[in-house]
Amino acid sequence: MSAALSGGACGVAASRSAAVPLVQPGAPGSAARTVSVAQATDLGAIRFTAADVAFMQGMLMHHAQAVEMTSLLRSRTARQEMRQLAARIDASQDDEMRMMREWLTRRGVPVEGSGDHAQHGGANGADLGNASMRMPGMLSPAQMQALAAARGAAFDQLFLTGMMAHHEGALQMVAELFATPGAGQESEIYAFASDVEADQRAEIARMRTLLQEMAR
Amino acid sequence: MMTRSRLFLTAAAVVVVTALVSVAAQDRPAARDPRVGLKAGFRDAGQAIWHMELLSSLPKPDGFFDPSTPMGLALPPEPPPGASAAPTTPAPSAPAPAAPAVPTPAPAPNAPTPFSFMNSDLAFDGHRLFAGNFTGFNVYDIEESQRPRLLASIVCPGGQGDVSVYGHLLFMSVEETRGRLDCGTQGVSSPVSAERFRGVRIFDISNLSVPRQVAAVQTCRGSHTHTLVPVPGDTTAIYVYGSGTGGVRSGDELDGCSGKAPADDPNTALFSIDVIRVPLADPAAARIVSRPRIFADTTTGALNGLWNGGDHGAGTQTTSTTNQCHDITVYPALGLAAGACSGNGLLIDISDPVHPVRVDQVSDPNFAYWHSATFNNDGTKVVFTDEWGGGTRPRCRATDQPNWGADAIFTISGKRLTFAGYYKLPAAQTEQENCVAHNGSLIPVPGRDLMVQAWYQGGLSVFDFTDAAHPVEVAYFDRGPLDATRLLIGGYWSAYWFNGRIYASEIARGLDIFRLTPSPLLSQNEILAAAQARVDTFNPQQQQRITWPASATPVVGRAYLEQLARTRGISPQRAEAVRRGLDRTGGDRALATQLEQDAASAPSADATRLRALAALLRGA
Repeated sequence: MSAALSGGACGVAASRSAAVPLVQPGAPGSAARTVSVAQATDLGAIRFTAADVAFMQGMLMHHAQAVEMTSLLRSRTARQEMRQLAARIDASQDDEMRMMREWLTRRGVPVEGSGDHAQHGGANGADLGNASMRMPGMLSPAQMQALAAARGAAFDQLFLTGMMAHHEGALQMVAELFATPGAGQESEIYAFASDVEADQRAEIARMRTLLQEMAR
Repeated sequence: MMTRSRLFLTAAAVVVVTALVSVAAQDRPAARDPRVGLKAGFRDAGQAIWHMELLSSLPKPDGFFDPSTPMGLALPPEPPPGASAAPTTPAPSAPAPAAPAVPTPAPAPNAPTPFSFMNSDLAFDGHRLFAGNFTGFNVYDIEESQRPRLLASIVCPGGQGDVSVYGHLLFMSVEETRGRLDCGTQGVSSPVSAERFRGVRIFDISNLSVPRQVAAVQTCRGSHTHTLVPVPGDTTAIYVYGSGTGGVRSGDELDGCSGKAPADDPNTALFSIDVIRVPLADPAAARIVSRPRIFADTTTGALNGLWNGGDHGAGTQTTSTTNQCHDITVYPALGLAAGACSGNGLLIDISDPVHPVRVDQVSDPNFAYWHSATFNNDGTKVVFTDEWGGGTRPRCRATDQPNWGADAIFTISGKRLTFAGYYKLPAAQTEQENCVAHNGSLIPVPGRDLMVQAWYQGGLSVFDFTDAAHPVEVAYFDRGPLDATRLLIGGYWSAYWFNGRIYASEIARGLDIFRLTPSPLLSQNEILAAAQARVDTFNPQQQQRITWPASATPVVGRAYLEQLARTRGISPQRAEAVRRGLDRTGGDRALATQLEQDAASAPSADATRLRALAALLRGA
């Protein structure tokens, strides 16, 4: 333990010795070069972009509608596996929404976007998304009203088809993020967007199976 | 599904194991575990250590952390356990519908980038340790465990930066869209660019101070991890299994890349692994030689033949879709690999390395994400890990299910996997500590299956799985959280045994080196015997058969005797005779025969030890 304590304490001040330079190799066939600490740690070009911010704000709103849809489910479905599915979606969307809010807050940008993305947030579905606010795959107010009015097997059918389209929209948002110049470069947003993609894909696959089982 | 019938067996086993775990837990109440309640801190965190000694701690060198936030940034706290899963309003701070639109300000240019400098995996070659990082890698001289010395620092970003070494070649995984062919730190702005690199880099490190990138093998999903696959008897080439877990890039950027569902595109880059052949005489000619469909349904040929995502019924875990492997651990001497492949654990025949063939697969209702795999030395067991929460979430809290985010230990018989038991870090961690099962390696104690494993901010844990259904912890080290109130990403990415020492890669804090100390659970002779099984190199996910040299016979023999004494598997008189026999030149063949007769009626672990002792007596 004494070795540990002294090792940890002395090591803090360790700085780069001139004998061990920071070396940056080149592309295959090119020579390596020496870089400074400032150059090595300057990620100014890839920190985050307005498109990253818009993605996070838009996905927050997108996820909120999924939660909105699952809140309708409990009193309208008769199937236990639908309730389980909703609990899963709630849990994953909630975790990701928490991450997105934190990501935005930490960077000093509002959790709600401007222009296209503003004003979302009705808890009862009535004011969810006029056309100019909707992210890809989100249900229209009319579709949300139809979902809220349905019961039993009809509800399950509408819910599954609606949620699958909703999740496909999230996949489209991820694709658009990576198709935007400069976006999705920073390690954290890369990891987050990749996770969103994997989660939505898995849930889509699960819902497709449920739909097929219902059709039998 | 092919896994269904096996699944029910597994579920039945879960019930039994849960009961046993709760009994074991009563032996050491969580409240009294010294790991509980450790003081938070970056460089001054509280520490708990048991049956080990920390020999040195080296912080990350300059250039490998963000100078503005050396220990990273906070992630959001977890909801209190049992809280309703999600709020029905989008955000507490959501504006009323009539609120005026808030303009999005320009992003702050100095916003820190916590993920961009994480330490990742380790590889070893002789006295050199290679430590991966999301922004490059460092090389250390580890000849003196108390004073590891930095030899080289290489800047080449792209995450995760997992490394392997083979002779004068170093291999590195790159997955992020910021990765550049030229190792630049500026990222790649254009969505489609010839400058982007995602895949496996190969460096010539003959001259460590001037490493040369000799090849950069581009792959559709990048390389999250990779595995070196040497082929016994083939000195002309080495193979690499690339595991991509990220999004599929555009076919405009790399020809043939498609991220469509298999039903829409039979050539999708999903549902495959990348097999790269590296000619040793000309590594620059390395290229992908196959993308085997190891998840395909053997009857219908459907590419998505394994777990398709979702839960396993009420009260079970949601398991990811099997369209990728996270890790593939190869054991070339056996011609086998264990694939930890998102939704399933696979056993794979790799006797033809270009065309690996799945021979068995398992599912588990408690697993969220099959992450990594470790065989025991004789290839009769495999430890799979579940990275529930992805490694960035706190999943070792007292309220978390003990069989979630754990190891699942399977036995292998006739190339079939059978569930035996779970192992999870037995000390509860806080909300501020990302914690779940992660990377580890065998500790080669003859006669036992022993492993050291990293648990992120849960620290590292050494456990014995000789009895696969009843794993037991034998040593540990843990620090308090990086921060008392916020979850900052840190802790051990990997912890590996290499020639007598345990090396652990700390995401935020640096490199730690340990030795094991004798205890009633692990004797001095057992530790010495493990240290005698020396290897030239160690790479993650690549296992070689461990043997003990003839010069180690006395200490190996004593290790077996102490194990037999611990289980009362040998009489004191017989043990004394063996001790004398081991010291005698020429051994004792009659005694060896007696031990073999004893073995016939002994429990399996003891029988193995008795037979091993008999072999030592014949060869002594």
